[in-house]
Order: sequence, then C-alpha cells, then structure tokens
Amino acid sequence: MARLFPHPILSIVIALVWILLVNDISAGAMALGILLGWAIPKLTSRYWPDRPRIRRPLAVLEYFGIVLKDIAVSNVQVAYLVLFRRGDTLRSHYVTVPLDLTTAEAITALAGTITLTPGTVSADLSADGRSLLVHCLETADPAATVAQIKERYERRLKEIFE
Amino acid sequence: MIVAEVAISLLILVGAFFLFVGSLGLAKLPDLMRRLHGPTKATTLGIGSMLIASMLYFWAIEESPSIHELLITLFLFLTAPVTAQMIAKAHILRERHARESIPGTGRPVGWATLDAAKADEHSEHTQIPSGP
Amino acid sequence: MIDIACIIATAAIAIASLLTLYRLARGPDVLDRILALDTLVINTIGLIVVIGLWFRTTMYFETALLFAMVGFVTTVALCKYLLRGNVIE
Repeated sequence: MARLFPHPILSIVIALVWILLVNDISAGAMALGILLGWAIPKLTSRYWPDRPRIRRPLAVLEYFGIVLKDIAVSNVQVAYLVLFRRGDTLRSHYVTVPLDLTTAEAITALAGTITLTPGTVSADLSADGRSLLVHCLETADPAATVAQIKERYERRLKEIFE
Repeated sequence: MIVAEVAISLLILVGAFFLFVGSLGLAKLPDLMRRLHGPTKATTLGIGSMLIASMLYFWAIEESPSIHELLITLFLFLTAPVTAQMIAKAHILRERHARESIPGTGRPVGWATLDAAKADEHSEHTQIPSGP
Repeated sequence: MIDIACIIATAAIAIASLLTLYRLARGPDVLDRILALDTLVINTIGLIVVIGLWFRTTMYFETALLFAMVGFVTTVALCKYLLRGNVIE
C-alpha cells in the first residue's frame, strides 16, 4: 500500500483538483483523477522521500475554521486602518517570533497563516529555521502580538503536525 | 430566489469593496512593508467573496452547479503568502534602513536572506584565483 | 439587481486599478512596482469574475485561473531575480 501510494494525501488532493478543474462529477472524470493521483506521486516520489505526518486530521478542520474566521475579521480591521487612519500614524513594528515547531511543513503553514491573518506579514526565517520575522501593521504591544500568534496558531499546528 | 439575488449582489459588492481597499492601501500607505498589508489581505477576501457569489449564482439561479471557482480561491490563498514573503525578503536584502531596523533572531545565526547573501559574497571572493 | 451590483463592482475595480497604476508609475522602488503589478493582476481576476457573472457565462473562469497562475509566477520570478542578481553592498 505504501509503495502503491507513496503520498496518500497528495493523491487525494490531485484527484480532487482534477475533478474541480474539469468542473464535472462524472465517472470518467473521477477515473482520470484517480489515475493522475496514482501516477504523479508515484513518478515524483524520489524527489520527496519523506512524508509529512498529520497526527490529528480532525484538528485540521478546526484550524481551517479558526483561520477563515480570522481572515474575515482581519480584513475588516485592515480595511478600517487603511480607510480612516493616516499612514504615518500607524505603529508598525517588526517582531521576532521564536518557533517551537521543527518540521518544514508546520513552519510553512504557520508563516502562511500569519500572512493571511490580522495585520501581520511574515517576512523572513532565521538561517537555522528556529525563529520567524513578522511585520505588524498596527500594534500597541509587540509582545502581546507574539504571544497571540504562539497561543492561537502555533500551539494548534504543533498538535496537528508534531 | 430574491434572497439568493440579494445575497449574490451583496457578495459582489463586498468583494469589490475589499479589492478597492487593497489598492487604496497600496496607493496611500507610506512605506513598502506597510503597503504589503493592503494587497495581501484585502484581495484574498475580495476575490474569495466574488467567487462565492459566482458559485452561488450558478448553483441557485442557473441551476447548473459550478465548483471550479474553489480552485481559484484555493490557489490565491496558497500563493498570496508566498508573494508577500518574496517581496519582504527582497526588501530586506536591498534596503539598508530595513536591514538596520529589523530585530535580532534570538538565535546564534542571522536571518536567512542576509546570511545567504553573505555566504554568496564570501564564496565569490574565495573563488577569485590568487596569482603566484 | 445582480446587473446593478456588477456595474458598481466594475466601476470600483476600475478605480482600484487606476490606484495601482498610480503606484506603478510613482514607485519609488522597483519592489513597489512589482507589488503594484501583482495587485493589478488580482484586480483583473476580480474583473474577469464580475464580467463572467454579468454575461451569465462560466467561459471566463479558465482565463481567471490562467491569470492567477501567470501573475504568481511573474511576481516570484521578478523577486527571485532581485534576491539573486544583486550582491549585498
């Protein structure tokens, strides 16, 4: 089974993307999607020998829910700041977020989440991959922002991936 | 039917509003790192709600369900952070005042962008053959 | 009603595109211009989606998807060039 499907999640994603791309849930589209989902990971598996491990699949859904809600809220906040504040009165800071995460997938997910949510953009990673440089658009207390990122996103990602 | 039309119209207007705010932020804010916030956030929700409107329209009114809008939303949500980070990295590398204003890593090594640039410079110097 | 919403949305996106063009012309740095182009691409995707709704057709979605892909690759390639083509002073 592991040799037939070296990356089972990738296979499912490829099949789903194919069905979305042809925009048709028919037997033919599904068959071709499953074929692609089998062939592409099989042919490229030697480029990525490791497989990311997801320990708690249900926690992923909870995480998506939280992130989507935060994206909506953060958009309203950023829209308010852009419309009603003078740009040079915004208190923008760089902050350093020390990471407890170690796997590349988890750090990528965290960096992407940070960019998509409240007034923060992830800018760079330290050379050893243990801390993240984040730019905040408007923050009165940089330490509280770091604590919120660690508590709200990093703790959940650690449960999912590690 | 009327409910669906109202919902679709509202979603289109919300999407257009956020696209507008993203571009306004780009034009209005004073420096690059602040400008980066407008487009990366406002546009993802802007495009997202427009695509939801489109899905709702073809599902509720034309009654021919269309799902491939999800693909564009998914693609934009995956690529927006990558774009933002690439621009931020290039900014840190190119601007002296940006390099001086960023805090330390809290680790024995520096930020990846700057360390990689230093390593490049170093190897270029060592590759120059020295005369006898 | 959807038609009216589409007209308003098209107007808003047109103004938004003009704002990104202002940033594209004004600069000051090349990175501001790259960011402006990226935003312009996203505005264009929004415009294509609105026009697809207005004309009641799904035909334009492949265009929007291709725009999203080409825009992303362009931005990343330009940034990568700036990251690699320039040695730190």
